[in-house]
Formats: sequence, structure tokens, C-alpha cells
Amino acid sequence: MLLLAFDTATPAITAAVHDGTAVVAESTVVDARRHGELLLPSVDKVLAEAGASLSDVTGVVVGVGPGPYTGLRVGLVTAAAFGDALGVPVHGLCTLDGLAHAAGASGTVGEGPFVVATDARRKEVYWARYEGPGRRVTDPAVDRPADIAERVAGLPAVGAGAALYPEVFTDVRPPADQSAGALASLAAQRLATGGEFLPALPLYLRRPDAQVPAGYKAVLPK
Amino acid sequence: MAGSDSPVVLGIESSCDETGAGLVRDGVLLGHAVASSMDEHARFGGVVPEIASRAHVHAMGPVVRQALAEAGLRLADVGAVAVTTGPGLSGALQVGVAAAKSYAYTLGVPLYGVHHLAGHVAADTLEHGPLPDPCMVLIVSGGHTSLLLVRDLARDPIIHLGDTLDDAAGECFDKVARVLGLPYPGGPAIDRAAREGDPDAIRFPRPLTGPRDDRYAFSFSGLKTAAARWAEAHNGGSLHVADAAASLQEAVADVLTRKAVTACRDHDVKTLVVVGGVAANSRVRALAQERCAAAGIELRVPPLKLCTDNGAMIAAVGDLLVRAGAQPARLDVSIDPSAPLEHATLHPVAAPAAPRVA
Repeated sequence: MLLLAFDTATPAITAAVHDGTAVVAESTVVDARRHGELLLPSVDKVLAEAGASLSDVTGVVVGVGPGPYTGLRVGLVTAAAFGDALGVPVHGLCTLDGLAHAAGASGTVGEGPFVVATDARRKEVYWARYEGPGRRVTDPAVDRPADIAERVAGLPAVGAGAALYPEVFTDVRPPADQSAGALASLAAQRLATGGEFLPALPLYLRRPDAQVPAGYKAVLPK
Repeated sequence: MAGSDSPVVLGIESSCDETGAGLVRDGVLLGHAVASSMDEHARFGGVVPEIASRAHVHAMGPVVRQALAEAGLRLADVGAVAVTTGPGLSGALQVGVAAAKSYAYTLGVPLYGVHHLAGHVAADTLEHGPLPDPCMVLIVSGGHTSLLLVRDLARDPIIHLGDTLDDAAGECFDKVARVLGLPYPGGPAIDRAAREGDPDAIRFPRPLTGPRDDRYAFSFSGLKTAAARWAEAHNGGSLHVADAAASLQEAVADVLTRKAVTACRDHDVKTLVVVGGVAANSRVRALAQERCAAAGIELRVPPLKLCTDNGAMIAAVGDLLVRAGAQPARLDVSIDPSAPLEHATLHPVAAPAAPRVA
């Protein structure tokens, strides 16, 4: 088994290769406005570091968000084209689950409750609540931090989105950024246990900002 | 040059609301497919960028597969990939570029970034063969109105003679259609309504056609306002939509073709190519034909399906670039939403973000 994983749903452009047992190569660059430019070079780098060729890849793992749309789409479109061209399955995972898994693996959270929050811009966060790193107990949501203050009060919080609002998330813990290595490890675990994946489609959680024009604005003075 | 030695070029287009994929080899269109999110934009009266970007994500894979099926080819047969890197809607362009990079990378073939307008120019080669050197190109669409002097499309710089100073011709049709209560997109609606109207009923202005105006520049904002004023003034029951549509169409067609023919004469160019969505307008076509014939200029207009945005035209540019030995793009090639047309290739570079302060 050789998994190629990447995630572009946060400011990080992260890619990794996982051989079914361990992460064999990983690259993470934080540059919130260059996902489209940096993803393929990162993929190329981790494949080279792993000494793997594309024909060795048995599956693609991709973070499906939630996340800022333009970057998010780059990852999903790339995953779909890779799956298509290589003839391998594309496994979608919630981006927040990747961060939760990384926090669990590094021991910054235990089996108790915690939240993961990433920056949703517009003064909002994408977030979800967990009971232990492998068990998400709420659907991913997008909210203003002040509106969820009671629900996250006192809980450890993982992710760069939490660090932006210290008045709401009072116990911020690492990691701040998504890691494709963690995402790949989580996928390998799920594949081994027959766990489920998400379709490789973007989780936007918001409708497009579009208003039906209110009516015709006259050009002649009244 | 042996024809079979040239690679099959996959072209991908996603600069606005159409997702297109096309396959071209040696100037021959092998297959193409287009998906449009136009219906989703209709109630907003114009393209909503985020809706377009979302639609591209869903349409990209199916459109590529459909184009391959039409050509009777497999992905493995593709020998080069070309993609629109600008100009266009930023989020929409990103989807096509991500897909194109992935196909090029996984197939191990070169990637070429293409200027969208060069694609419109090349569209005609798929129907009528190579363009003569030089030729004059009038690009008219919902987003562009430009006069270009084109020599060798793949090798030479493109000379931009003139542009619209404000709205594009197609945008003028869209906006006036709304004022007249016609549906979106306005171009086809105005064309239909105009069939029953009198083109001389209202004498709308012919912007920038005075002796001291820029000979090759266009402006349609004032014309749009003039049409809106007329419609508002006549809205008390005497509003004759067909006459207004016919008169507006006449004004637009008159200005476009007059300037295009002038440009041909000034530069001693014997071929005019009219491309872009507005090239589908029946009056623009008829008047261009009439005036070109009178001036001894050959007129070339691609078929309707290649006039609007599509992937085949991008593949056509890619095919020319491959055969001209052009330099492929790097994997970190970016997009440029407002790139002027200077060359057929467009390989923007994005600057790195400032390092994050911890």
C-alpha cells in the first residue's frame, strides 16, 4: 500500500506519502494564497523523497474541508484528476479530523473532550467537537467564535483558528497547522479497520454570497 | 513535419461559467465537451463567481471524460496539456489550472498556460485551417471587446490595437436586455427580439466614431445608458422592445464592424477574424460580411459552438505552441485574472507570502 495524501483546506499546503505502516515523506508549507501554485511541487517533492513513482500509488487521500473555498477546491480537483489518471480510489477525510488525529498522536490532547478550530475568515471558525482524537461528536460547522463560546468553554482547542480567538478558546494546544502525514495515518487506520471515508467533494458549509438584484435602478432622474 | 508525430493536446478552459475540455492534434479537433453553469446565474442577472467556481469542480472530470469519449481516446493518449491561465475569474481559473497540472503531472507530459483570448483567436483554425499572417482579429464577448493584429499566433507578440474603455459589447447586450425585460444572457435574447424590429427606429449613438476619437477603441457604457434612458422614457406603453433591440443591435454591429474594417485597411490586412460570444450575433455577422465584401477583405467567423468559451480552442493554442517548440510551464505556474494579451502563452508567477510571524 502506498497512499499519497494532501490537504489544502487551511493556510497550509501539505502533502505526504504513507506506506501503510508509517509516513515516509512529508512536506508542509504555510502560504494561504498559493495553494494552486505549491501543491503539485509539494506532491512531486514527497514522492521523490519517498523514492516512489506515481505507478506505486495505491490510493489518494484528500482533506475535504471545511476550509476557504479557493484553496480547498485546488486539493479536491487535484485529487479527482489523480484518481482518474492513476486509476486509484480517492479517499476523502474531514480536514478537522486530521488535526484531531495529529493532536492525539502527539499527545497534546487525551481521551477527553476537545475542539478543533480552523480559520474560516470573515471573523468565523470552522470547528467540531471531539471525545478523544478518533471520535468527532458534532458535524463540522462554521460559526462566530462568540456564538459558540459556551459550547467550547474551558475545552482544549487545537488548530490555528482557535489561536485567533483566545478570549473564546482559552486552552489552545498544538498543532496549529494541518499535516498530510497525520491525514494519511488516519486514512491508513481507517483502511485497515474498514472505516468509512467521505466522498471527495468540498465541504463549504456556506452558500455562495449572491444576492438576486433587488430591482432595476433607473438612469433617468425622477 | 509528420502529422502523426504531434501529440494529442488536451485543452482545459474554466475562466468564466463554462467548463470546457477539448482534444486537438495537428490543427484537427478530435473531440470536445462543454458544461455551463449559465442557468444557475440567470436569476442573478450575471455570472456569480463563487457559483461558477463550484460548478467547475463538479463538471471538470465529466467534461474531460466526455471529450475523450467523443474523440475515441483514453487519457493515456494525451501528449500535452494546455490550460487557460487568464484572464478570467480568479477562483474559476484556479479549478482548471489545478486539473490541468494534475493531468500533465500524472501523465508525465508538458503543460502550457494559455491566454484565454488567444484561445478565441485559435478557435477559427479548427474550422477554417491556419490563420494567414497577418490577420486582424475582433474579439467580442461578454467580457472582452478587442482589436488585435495577429501574425504567427504561437511565435510572435500580439499587437493590441484597441480595447473597450468600459463595458464589453456582450455586457451591453446583457444590461440592456434586462432593461427591456428580456432574459439573461442578453445577446441571444436581443438577437431574437430584433428579428421583428426596425433597426432604424431609434438612432442610438455610435460611440467613439468621431474624427478625433481613438480609431480602434470601443465604449459601450454610454450606449447602454442611452438605451436605458430611451426605455424608461417610453415605458408608458409605447415601449417597443423589438425596435429597441434591433436599433441597439444595429448600433453595436455598426461600431464593431466599422472599426474592424478600418483597422484592416489601415494595416493593409486582408483577413478579418471575428470571434467570441458576440460573433454569434446574426447582425454582427451579416454587417461584417457586407462591409468586408465591399472592402475586399476575407471574413472568417468560427462556427457558433466554437465562438463561446470552450476547451477545444485552448487545445488549439496548445497544439500550435507544441509545434512551435514553445517552452512549457512549470508546475508552480499561477493564474492572472487580468492579463493583457501579449503572447499566446501566459505563465504567471505568484509571489510568496510574507513569512508568518509566530
